[in-house]
Amino acid sequence: MSELRIAVPRGNLFLETLAMLDRLGFDTAEVRENERKLLFEDVGIVTVRPSDVPTYVEAGAADLGITGKDVLLEQSEREVYELADLRYGSCTMVLATVAGEDPAAEALRRLGVVRIATKYPRVAARYFLDTGRQAEIVEVKGSVELAPLAGLVEGIVDLTATGTTLRENGLEIREEIAHCSARLIANPVAHKLKARAVDTLLERIDAV
Amino acid sequence: MVERIPSGTRDVLPDEMRELRAMTDRIRNVFENAGYGEVYTPALEYESTFAHGATSAARPSYRVFDEQGNVLVLRSDMTIPIARLVATRYAQVDPPLRFCYFAHAYRGVRPQRGQSRELLQAGVELIGSPAPEGTAEALTMLCAALDAAGLRTYRIGLGDASLYPSLLEAMGVEADQRERILERLVVGNFAELEGIVTSLGLASADAELLLRVPRTRGGPEVIESLSGALEFAATGMRAVHALLEPRVAERIIFDLGLVRSLGYYTGAVFQVYDPAYGVPIGSGGRYDELLASFGRPLPAVGFALGVERLHIALTSEERGS
Repeated sequence: MSELRIAVPRGNLFLETLAMLDRLGFDTAEVRENERKLLFEDVGIVTVRPSDVPTYVEAGAADLGITGKDVLLEQSEREVYELADLRYGSCTMVLATVAGEDPAAEALRRLGVVRIATKYPRVAARYFLDTGRQAEIVEVKGSVELAPLAGLVEGIVDLTATGTTLRENGLEIREEIAHCSARLIANPVAHKLKARAVDTLLERIDAV
Repeated sequence: MVERIPSGTRDVLPDEMRELRAMTDRIRNVFENAGYGEVYTPALEYESTFAHGATSAARPSYRVFDEQGNVLVLRSDMTIPIARLVATRYAQVDPPLRFCYFAHAYRGVRPQRGQSRELLQAGVELIGSPAPEGTAEALTMLCAALDAAGLRTYRIGLGDASLYPSLLEAMGVEADQRERILERLVVGNFAELEGIVTSLGLASADAELLLRVPRTRGGPEVIESLSGALEFAATGMRAVHALLEPRVAERIIFDLGLVRSLGYYTGAVFQVYDPAYGVPIGSGGRYDELLASFGRPLPAVGFALGVERLHIALTSEERGS
C-alpha cells in the first residue's frame, strides 16, 4: 500500500494527470482500465470529480490532490496547501458575450446591472465586485454557452482552452479574468506528518 | 415546524457529553496537579480589551450594545482575557503565574463550511516565564494533556513566528511585499509564493532560501544545519529542544514554515497534529509583548486545544487501530 493517497480528478485533467503519475513511477494501468472503480488502495489513488478534490484533501481523506486552478479559485476558502503549478491543462477564465455590439456593456449602461451565467458563481461575483460593476449572477450546471443565446443573461463567465466552443456559439471573449492550470494541493497535516514522502514526490515532479 | 439552531452551533446529548466530560476531567487533573489553577472570565468583554490583540484571527466576530451603549464582544479567544486578568487581579503578585481554562470561544464562520461559531477550548497560560524554560514547560504540559486525553499518535509542530518576517526584513523586502508573502505563507499557497519571491529581484541565494525555509520541516536534523540569517531562530529552537524530556522531544516536528495568523505571537509557535485527523487539534506559542500592552510587561506562553477536535481525533484513532 502506498504511503500517500492522491485524489485524481475524473474530468478534463484525468488523462494528463495519469500520464504525469506514470512518469513519476506510479502504475496507473488499473485506474485506466476501471471506469467504475473509484478507490485504488494499492497505487494510492482515489478518483473523484474535479470540484470534489479540495473537499477530500481538506478533510485529509486524501493527502494530496490534483485539480484545476479554476476549482481552487471558486473554493478559495478551502484550507489546503497549493504546492505546485503543474502547468498542464492550461486554460483561461473569461467573460464572453454575444459577438457584435456588446450586450453586457449596454445592460450596464441602461439597466445598471448585467446578468451573468456561470458555473463559477463566486469567481464571477468577486470579479464584478472588484471591477466596480453590478452583476446578477445566475448559476447554471449545464452548457453555459446557451444562456446568452436563449436570452437568460447578457454574458457568461466560463473556462476556455482554445475559444472554439465560444466561437461556434457566436460568442466573443471580452475580458480575461484568470489563467488556470492544474495544481498540486496538499492536506496541511499530511504536509507536516508525511513530509518526506510529499517532498520526494515534489522533487520527482520538478525533475520530469 | 422544527425549531432550528444557528449554523455553526450544536446541541450536545448525554453520550457525547459524558465522553467530553471524562476527557476534560482527565486534562484538568493534569493541569491542576502541575499548579495551573483554573480560571473563568466573562464571555462578554469590552471591545477595547480585544483591541490589544490587534490581529485578524483574534478579532471578535460578535458585538452587542449594553444598556449604556458600550460595545461588548463575545470573546474570540482566552489568551487576551487572561492577559487582562493578570494585569488587573494579579498586578502585585510575583511571577511566574500559571492558569488553565476550559471555556468557549466564539468565532465567525465562513458560509457552508460546518465550522463552529462556539468552540470549547482547553488551555493553559504561563505568565512570567521566558524562553526557553517557559516554552519547554508549555510543551511538556501540552504533551501531558494530550496523553491524558488518550491520544497516542499525535505530533507537535514547533516553529518560530519571528523567523520568516525577520528573514524578509534582513533581505530588504518592502513592507507591502512582506505582507503579501506572509499572507501566502499563512494559507500555504507555495505556488503563488514562488511567483512573488521570483518577482522580487533578490539575489538567487536569498530567493532560494525564502522558498526553501517554508518547506523545511522534520526531525532535529532540520535545525542542526541552519546558519546565517536563520541561526538566531535555530538557537532558540535548539535551546527549547535541549530542555525537553525524551518523551516530549520525540513528539516534536521542527517546522520553519509554521506561521500563525494570530498576530500577538512573538517567538516559538506550535501546532498539534494527529495522522488520524486532517486538521490541527490545537495550537499555541509565545506572546512576550501582549502583557505589556495591558500594563504588566511579562513574557508569556500558552496553548489551546480544541476539545471537540480532540474528541474526533481520539475516536478516529480508536477506529483506525
